[in-house]
Amino acid sequence: MARERRSARRPAAKVSRLRKKTAKVPPQQAPGPIEPVVRDGLRGTPLRDAHVQGGMVSLERWEPKLEYRWDTGVAIGRFLEGLREGKILGVRCDRCHRTVTPPRAFCEWCFKPMDAWVELADAGTINTFSICFITWDMQPLEVPQIPAVIEIDGTSPRVGFLHLIGALRAHTVDGIRKEIRVGQRVRAVWKPAAERTGAITDILHFTPA
Amino acid sequence: MARSMRRVAVVGAGLSLFMRRALETGKELSYYAASQALQSAGLRRQDVQAVVMASGPDAFDGVHMKGEYLSDGAGGWRKPYLRAYVGGGSGVFSIISGWSLVASGLFDVVLVVAEEKMSPTQPHPQAAFISIFDHTIERPLGPNLLWIFALEQNRYMHAYGIRNEEIALVSVKNKRNALDHPAAQIAAELTPEQVLASEVVAWPVHRLMVSPVSDGAAAIVLAAEEVAKRITAQPVWVEGVGWALDTSYWGNRDLAYPRYVEDAARMAYKMAGITEPRRQIHVAEPYDPFAYKELHHLEGLLLADRGKAPEDLARGRFNRDGELPSCPSGGLLGVGNPIAAAGLMKICELFWQLRGEAGKRQVHNNPKRGLAQAWGDLMQIGTVVVVGV
Repeated sequence: MARERRSARRPAAKVSRLRKKTAKVPPQQAPGPIEPVVRDGLRGTPLRDAHVQGGMVSLERWEPKLEYRWDTGVAIGRFLEGLREGKILGVRCDRCHRTVTPPRAFCEWCFKPMDAWVELADAGTINTFSICFITWDMQPLEVPQIPAVIEIDGTSPRVGFLHLIGALRAHTVDGIRKEIRVGQRVRAVWKPAAERTGAITDILHFTPA
Repeated sequence: MARSMRRVAVVGAGLSLFMRRALETGKELSYYAASQALQSAGLRRQDVQAVVMASGPDAFDGVHMKGEYLSDGAGGWRKPYLRAYVGGGSGVFSIISGWSLVASGLFDVVLVVAEEKMSPTQPHPQAAFISIFDHTIERPLGPNLLWIFALEQNRYMHAYGIRNEEIALVSVKNKRNALDHPAAQIAAELTPEQVLASEVVAWPVHRLMVSPVSDGAAAIVLAAEEVAKRITAQPVWVEGVGWALDTSYWGNRDLAYPRYVEDAARMAYKMAGITEPRRQIHVAEPYDPFAYKELHHLEGLLLADRGKAPEDLARGRFNRDGELPSCPSGGLLGVGNPIAAAGLMKICELFWQLRGEAGKRQVHNNPKRGLAQAWGDLMQIGTVVVVGV
């Protein structure tokens, strides 16, 4: 999957802006021989990292280069156009009376087309958040990412979407937890209009209102 | 439930060791587990009429059509063969798939095998999960799988005022239980303080609250009633099965309570004739890839009040000598998490517990009925099986 990091350009670019810690390399331990183990009749041949790194195991490597061009779809395409204009759009179903975002072409509950597009506020409430010190490929981060599920104003209860919290002063768990909490009011921080491309990253992050 | 369904029993079980990295290929691990399950039932591959194979994302192995690639190791040569794949729920879904083939009358003996070899993915198998996120509105944010669990745990804690110290006790219990499991990869005697002293990977999740990366396999043999009674004096009957999916818009639902697990449990309980699960289930193997998940799932399974599973845990209700032993195997947190194999390992554990063959892991309440559950797909499926003697 090493190449996926290059092909999945946006996450790689995002991550590269964050300072990475130097990975700690554990001291090499004498690995001992590679031996089949049987415990209570259960079989296996456990390998240690040192067996692999020390060339004691024959390995085959492959680094696939994968490229995709995804269609955004009818509903998300319009959502992205809204983001380019600095608007967060939702959709409403008049049968179950839900207003939801991210938008979808049909109501998955009522299984009928959605009835109307709704312009929502670019503000909301933190439903939940995390403080993450690991990248998508398990590299350590010194400055954590703060993903959150954000309930956008104007949607039905417990309808949120995933985005990031940013522009906080603190970088530690305790410090960040003093600045944000579940229930915190947040607002979107947009890229300058000229730099928007019609992407979820047109919102840089949300920040306490 | 349709009256025409036949009774189905588990009549054999087998495992490989669970390891961070195995020399063996997935086929070889599958062979270890499948051949042991057959041997424990006194059967040969020729006696098996069909094979069900469960394995997780092809991206772990970089092998497309992984189920077919693994088929020889699962005993599938020249047999009706079917891959069961619902992500993390696959292990428990595999027995449901096998059960349907036997209950329907199509086959009398079905071999069910589950395998996962996560170690090939470089630099870390977590990277393979990037492609579960929505390509347009989630992947550009740089998400990782820990986010999902950390976000859900924080919501669960917030909704009910649960402290992380209470959740750390799940890791303590399961890693301790695993000390008695011969397949265990990361068994340990720990204190809650040690769990909370391990580094924060994605607050509120600490490293020792996360199941490991594992290679391993598990297998069981299913047989129709008349055949099962000839094979063994101690068949373990599949009494109920259930599964359900929530929406793939995972941010659009109540993260504090797994409603889809409740839906799956209610389906299984109805089939099993269970009206009071807390009295009628005697041993449970809920899915524990993260510490809070076991508690979250026990509540969804209606085996604990909402938000109260942590209190039950703290007073010992879920210990091996407690009122409702939970994860007596040591679970994913202690035995290891070769994803599909870990789910089927839970069925193996119930098979041994209900037959009184669990050795040092044997629970103390002479169980007659047990439940296993797993979770997965795009953070949205519950799979539930009830077995009894």
